[in-house]
Amino acid sequence: MDLNDIVSAAEAAIAEATTPQELDQVRVEYMGKKGRLTEQLKNLGKLDPSERPAAGQAINEAKQKVQQLINARNDELKQAQLAQKLAAETIDVSLPGRSPAVGGLHPVSQTIARIQAFFGDLGFKVEEGPEVEDDFHNFDALNIPANHPARADHDTFYFTPQTMLRTQTSGVQIRTMEQQQPPLRIISPGRVYRNDYDQTHTPMFHQVEGLMVDTDVSFTQLKGILEDFLVNFFEEKLEVRFRPSYFPFTEPSAEVDVRRKDGQWLEVLGCGMVHPNVLKAVGIDAEKYTGFAFGMGVERLTMLRYGVNDLRAFFENDVRFLKQFN
Amino acid sequence: MKFSEKWLRSWVNPKLTSVELSEQLSMAGLEVDGIEPVAEDFSGVVVGEVVKCWQHPNADKLQVTEVNVGADEPATIVCGAPNCRAGLKVAVATVGAVLPGDFKIKKAKLRGEPSHGMLCSAAELGLSDDHDGISELPSDAPIGMDYREYLELNDHILDVDLTPNRADCLSIRGIAREVGVLNRLPVVELEIQPVAAQTDAQKQIKLSAPAACPRYLGRVIQNVNVSATSPLWLQERLRRSGIRSIDPVVDITNYVLLELGHPMHAFDLDKLTGDIDVRMAAQGEKLRLLDGEEVTLDDDVLVIADSEKPLAMAGIFGGEGSGVTQETKHVFLESAFFAPAAIAGRARRFGLHTDASHRYERGVDSELQHQAMERATQLLLEICGGEAGPVVEAKSAEHLPQAAKVSLRHQRLNQVIGMEFARDEVTEILTRLGFAVEVTASGWDVVAPSFRFDIAIEEDLIEEVARVYGYHRIQAAAPAAQLRMISRQESKTDTARLKSLLIDRGYQEAITYSFVDPKHQAAMFDDIAALTLPHPISVEMSSMRVSLWPGLANAVAYNQKRQQPSLAFFETGLRFLPQDDAENGVLQQAVIGGIRAGKVRKEHWSDEDRAVDFYDIKGDVEALLAATGSLSEYRFVADEHSALHPGQSAAIFRSGKRVGYVGALHPKLDKVLGLNGRTFVFELELDAITTRQLPSATAVSKYPSIRRDLAVVLDQQIAAGEVLAAIEKIGVNHLVDLNLFDVYQGTGVAEGQRSLALSLTLQHPERTLEEQEVNASVKTVVDTLIAEFGATLRE
Repeated sequence: MDLNDIVSAAEAAIAEATTPQELDQVRVEYMGKKGRLTEQLKNLGKLDPSERPAAGQAINEAKQKVQQLINARNDELKQAQLAQKLAAETIDVSLPGRSPAVGGLHPVSQTIARIQAFFGDLGFKVEEGPEVEDDFHNFDALNIPANHPARADHDTFYFTPQTMLRTQTSGVQIRTMEQQQPPLRIISPGRVYRNDYDQTHTPMFHQVEGLMVDTDVSFTQLKGILEDFLVNFFEEKLEVRFRPSYFPFTEPSAEVDVRRKDGQWLEVLGCGMVHPNVLKAVGIDAEKYTGFAFGMGVERLTMLRYGVNDLRAFFENDVRFLKQFN
Repeated sequence: MKFSEKWLRSWVNPKLTSVELSEQLSMAGLEVDGIEPVAEDFSGVVVGEVVKCWQHPNADKLQVTEVNVGADEPATIVCGAPNCRAGLKVAVATVGAVLPGDFKIKKAKLRGEPSHGMLCSAAELGLSDDHDGISELPSDAPIGMDYREYLELNDHILDVDLTPNRADCLSIRGIAREVGVLNRLPVVELEIQPVAAQTDAQKQIKLSAPAACPRYLGRVIQNVNVSATSPLWLQERLRRSGIRSIDPVVDITNYVLLELGHPMHAFDLDKLTGDIDVRMAAQGEKLRLLDGEEVTLDDDVLVIADSEKPLAMAGIFGGEGSGVTQETKHVFLESAFFAPAAIAGRARRFGLHTDASHRYERGVDSELQHQAMERATQLLLEICGGEAGPVVEAKSAEHLPQAAKVSLRHQRLNQVIGMEFARDEVTEILTRLGFAVEVTASGWDVVAPSFRFDIAIEEDLIEEVARVYGYHRIQAAAPAAQLRMISRQESKTDTARLKSLLIDRGYQEAITYSFVDPKHQAAMFDDIAALTLPHPISVEMSSMRVSLWPGLANAVAYNQKRQQPSLAFFETGLRFLPQDDAENGVLQQAVIGGIRAGKVRKEHWSDEDRAVDFYDIKGDVEALLAATGSLSEYRFVADEHSALHPGQSAAIFRSGKRVGYVGALHPKLDKVLGLNGRTFVFELELDAITTRQLPSATAVSKYPSIRRDLAVVLDQQIAAGEVLAAIEKIGVNHLVDLNLFDVYQGTGVAEGQRSLALSLTLQHPERTLEEQEVNASVKTVVDTLIAEFGATLRE
């Protein structure tokens, strides 16, 4: 048989092989010890020596070609086999993944965390205090002596005439100032309690109070920091106004309103310059130091920020409500 | 305080709209809470007189009237009001009138009779809720006059929410003064002429408690006609201040209170015995008040007494026995100054709050008593007739408030506000406020007028200057401070980290009330006497929580009622444990608590759908403990708890101290808590899990580790935790990991026994372990388990 015919036959057989096993049989048939091309080499000796080099070279070239064809076909078959295996492993990637449900922080906590972050960046340290308070820290030291009309406005939950649920987190300011001398920058978030329950009042709510006492703290700075805070909290340039007001523990005092989309002003903060009687009550030199303090209702800010209409929803803990803030 | 805008404008009338005026007051610290029209919109209503009135031929309850409305012809109008009668002056909605609610009056026929208009009740005009017949107008009401004009209804009611320091504004005169200051306008002053005594009738007055009452004026007015009617203008001004007209004497004292800010009181002269004594009550003395309640007085309560008995709680409330009634002929008028300190808090103690106590406890102008007395006398004589006696004044000059002299330093003003004030402007503002001002080298010396009894210290003046100058004109500036780092302890785990951890494990944060239902709490913690609120919102919110569990259980119950199948909540906050040696008698401990109920997770196409169990929540707790970096310091020990299932509860110990519990809520609680299905809870003291072990690094071994598994069979009563603890205690050479990977009971294991499969991983830091070393270590473990627990190796 002609060498070319052998190669052609091998080529056809290689192409026909559909598995690596079949292909290997083809390899044995042509390239094995008794393979047809190997046989050709054995016949070389029968040729005239002068013809041998040329004939040998032709056979080697034929072997090389067949080997290349086998290798190529082998790659093809492996590829196909892999493709088939992968195809069999195909899954529906649109099915939901396996993971535990993820919960979320209560919206009131989220607001507190945001407020803490804004003031924390300015070096205000978080301080906390007890919720069952005594009248010294909740009232007297805040310049609200017994029988002061402001006490009546607080709807206090008393346990005894001297102990009560705190009506404001301001007691934390007193506790901090009792321990530390200025300069002071603190922020105190927490629960406060008033005996009042209707659409716009819950007997428990949250306040964040801030206090800064230093040698040159002024009302202009109070305005500056609170305007800055409100614009950052709401992430918009909203109109803010300071309106004179009265708190026994600050003077001058102000309430801060923001202008709502409907044009109405809404009170969001109370603030003022720390009253000298408060500084004196904790042994801080009111001549040397001045301070400002501010307090805000966390629920109200949260309601404004996220469009919550009913204050009471915060304490029902309906997961359908809470999950909206996750 | 509510008042008529028109009344205010009769004192001072700035060129501002109602809204602008309200805005101005608010921005001066007199917050206007509301501004409402006095009457709803209506038109075409005039004063008319019923000329004739006869029975409707076809309807029992209707009458036909002829009404003179000032037109050429009287109007025929059908009316259903029972008080309709000839001669009555009424409000008539004529044809073409539009009443509140856009109700148009047209010519009509009622049961066959023509009706050209309508006789109106106050309710139909939106003036009151009074539906009792048509309004009866005074006989001098001018026929044909527009009703709105007649009653001056084109007016607003302003509602000013005054802060406690501005009691000087609790009157029309006070507000007018403030408006005058803000607009640089003069304020019309009342012409109050002293009324000369017509008789000699008088009462002697004794001030037995001069510090509490340093000035008391009394005046007898005889032959007063108490059945006279207060004039309409007076009734209307009262009404617009939210005060109902009662009788002329009460109306007049109320009017003076509104006009001048000075409370007055009138006694029935015939009910007084002997002289007046303003004294402290005797402890336990009884007084029946005008509302019929009898109160038992304390000796710090000031009373007005006669020679026999207390008559009234001074400055707070009159007594029933001495009040003016329909039978009163002679009255004794009181105009007194009571010191705020003697009044403050007393009304509240007796559950009272009156217009008088509201003013006296905040302060009343100590120089106003004569004016108030003369004003009231003048009105009383005008309306009720009678003869006035002389004004008798008792006073203790040394106890009267002295005008405070306060210095304001220019430099201090600039420093506190943070800007440079012009000297002249400050002088002008202080002068405008009515202060006597003396400019000094360093600032100003100021004497406040008697009506500004709130001015006592420099800061009061700083506030006044800033307020009148205008907060809106004060710039904003960034605070300046020295940069100083705040300590941040790495060994403290932030609570936020613990919260995130639970959130990522599927928990929703809850915020529950700190006061819970005592029934729930007692069922869970029968051994703790919780702190109780004496005056709670409701009984269900009266017991201070001793744990977060009652609130969390409540949140779960609430959501289970709303078809939520899988619930996990956590909360952080204080629990309140009564403890004698703690501050204020209560240990207020920060804790973190969690609750899980229902399905372990939402049903998933590839996962087993099962209910949450003990090991789910224990895993959550272990994750929290692992955040401390020293999980191995904690032990879970089976322990009973009043709120927990006796077989599924564990106390959690850190280094021998109990720091919390985890377990299944006791099934007996399901009913009282309203829970459905098994519920699991945990609670841990925050202090015990926020202390974090700082990492201390060791090199990681480069040599292979060797794992040996062994299964041991032991009594099923032996806690796996003890077994693991025992192994750890041995200090097995080169043991780097110990894991319990299977628990088995059943075929091949005897009844009452169970098999625990453990894997031991051993590794040497510096070399490969020899086979015999490994065997020796494993043998130590096996020997210990056999010796300590009677374990057998399972082949």
